[in-house]
Amino acid sequence: MTWDLVVEMLTSPLMQRALLAAVLVGAAAPVVGTFLVQRRMALMGDGIGHVALTGVALGWLVGSWVGLVPQDALAVPGAVVAAVVGSVVIELVRERGRTSGDLALALMFYGGIAGGVLLIKVAGGTNANLISYLFGSISTVSTTDLWWTVALAALVLGVGLGLRTALFAVSHDEEFARASGLPVRLLSMLVATIAALTVTIAMRVVGLLLVSALMIVPVAIAQLYARSFGRTMTLASVIGVVVSVVGLGLTYWQDIPPGATIVVLAIVVYTVAAALRPALQRHRPDDDPHPDMVDDVLIVDDVCDDPVTTVATPARGTVAPNPPPAATPAGGATAATSPLGTDDPAGGSRAT
Amino acid sequence: MTSGTTPPLAVEATGLDVTLGGRRILAGVDLAVEPGQVLALLGANGSGKSTLVRALLGVVPTSAGSVRLFGAPLGPSAPWHRVGYVPQRMPAASGMPATALEVVTSGLLHGRRLRPAHGGRRRALAALESVGLADRAHRRVQEMSGGQQQRVLIARALVRDPDLLVLDEPTSGIDIPTQATFVDTVSRLHAAGTTVVVILHELGPFAGLIQRAVVLRHGRVAHDGPPPAARPEHAHADHDHTHAHPDPEPPPTGPTITVEVTP
Repeated sequence: MTWDLVVEMLTSPLMQRALLAAVLVGAAAPVVGTFLVQRRMALMGDGIGHVALTGVALGWLVGSWVGLVPQDALAVPGAVVAAVVGSVVIELVRERGRTSGDLALALMFYGGIAGGVLLIKVAGGTNANLISYLFGSISTVSTTDLWWTVALAALVLGVGLGLRTALFAVSHDEEFARASGLPVRLLSMLVATIAALTVTIAMRVVGLLLVSALMIVPVAIAQLYARSFGRTMTLASVIGVVVSVVGLGLTYWQDIPPGATIVVLAIVVYTVAAALRPALQRHRPDDDPHPDMVDDVLIVDDVCDDPVTTVATPARGTVAPNPPPAATPAGGATAATSPLGTDDPAGGSRAT
Repeated sequence: MTSGTTPPLAVEATGLDVTLGGRRILAGVDLAVEPGQVLALLGANGSGKSTLVRALLGVVPTSAGSVRLFGAPLGPSAPWHRVGYVPQRMPAASGMPATALEVVTSGLLHGRRLRPAHGGRRRALAALESVGLADRAHRRVQEMSGGQQQRVLIARALVRDPDLLVLDEPTSGIDIPTQATFVDTVSRLHAAGTTVVVILHELGPFAGLIQRAVVLRHGRVAHDGPPPAARPEHAHADHDHTHAHPDPEPPPTGPTITVEVTP
């Protein structure tokens, strides 16, 4: 019974297109999100999404002027242009690091949404069209949309994985990257651009208002468990694919919106993963967290009580085995001894 | 200035001006470092030492003057593979995990090389071993202590076998045995012909290595020549530091409470 439904789902051409789009977006979005989180720009995708709506609307407007038959034929190209321009502006504002940058970004975001809503109405769009861009409409993915998705996802994954070390270097320590002569500005723009392209391909799947969630939440889940940058990226990508496909599958049986389902699913996974983390973290009982610490402070009382200690004897009365000239205080008494020796009239040894 | 026979200067800065946030941090700094030299940059906090090395490496923009590294002007064509930089500290964690190996591997990239060359992993592991962190290669740097993070940064600079090593207070916050190991590493590199520019607050363990000291004061060079003459006997490990005058109050050395029992 259930198996028949799965087969039925997989043989529907509409569902095949939707699933392929979900897999590509689910894999690509967290790759970009990993760099964004590392650069502390987790909300950048959200901002680009706002700006992209104006691009969609401009695409509609141009399409209706020229008289294209599907009025939204230029929606995705419009979104690509607006998102790339918007992301480059955001990156420039970030680079300047001015306090006014915050306000500039806010103006851009709200201008993007308001302009998009206004222009799409002017172009003859309906509220339904608007909702489909804001919250996704994976069931209306056309073959043309799919080709756009395949090409852009390949570009995003190619850049994100191929230049992973360079993008990591720039995101992790910008000063060192500059001192290494790396093209920091170009690489930062590249991160911004692939983020913009991801926004446009994820627009169909989760919608412009929820794009950022698909980029960031899988990364948030992965970094709870992964120890390296590379593993975080891989794990986030896998999580992205799984939640996208499962979320989409659910909407085949239930009449629920796919974009919101995928995002809620991801957040549920995050909550469970975060709650289980203390129990699942591998416990290493015999792993000394500071094995290479040098026991360079000797307590004189201990040495006196146990004079046969072979290691301690030659260094008795000094702060360190190899003391710097300035570290030996006048009189030869160590800083560690004086508070210990005075308050114990019985002269008993102290446990340390 | 440089003929065909003599090797170009490792660092050559002329008339360097740096203005940051409307304030003139460096004013007309000239600096020429011969290949193989060990140079200490000294000066109080805020005298412009860090800004000078950042300007030399193109991290901060200069408003006047020019910098040449090994005879080539700063820019994409500069010999970045010959330069290793150790900043003062690792940038604050973003929450994104990164292992020591990943951080050191990022040091293999420079100039137009945007992907690590073949054998990069082996070289990164060797660099980590040279700072005594081979067993921590796969640990998150965020979980390491400040001194261990500093050693990761040193490994990141050493991984490309630099001919010019630029160190910004490399031994601050590092325990004494590790400092000694690090000075050993630097002196080995120096013996192999590496040029070293190091920012220091006190010569400390580096005293024996420094050939020349440049002291900055208010963004200008106040002294350029041999290192400040520290009394050599004071730097010796066996030196017993005593004052000519008596201590104002001798520190207590043991139980001093006496109890008198009167019948």
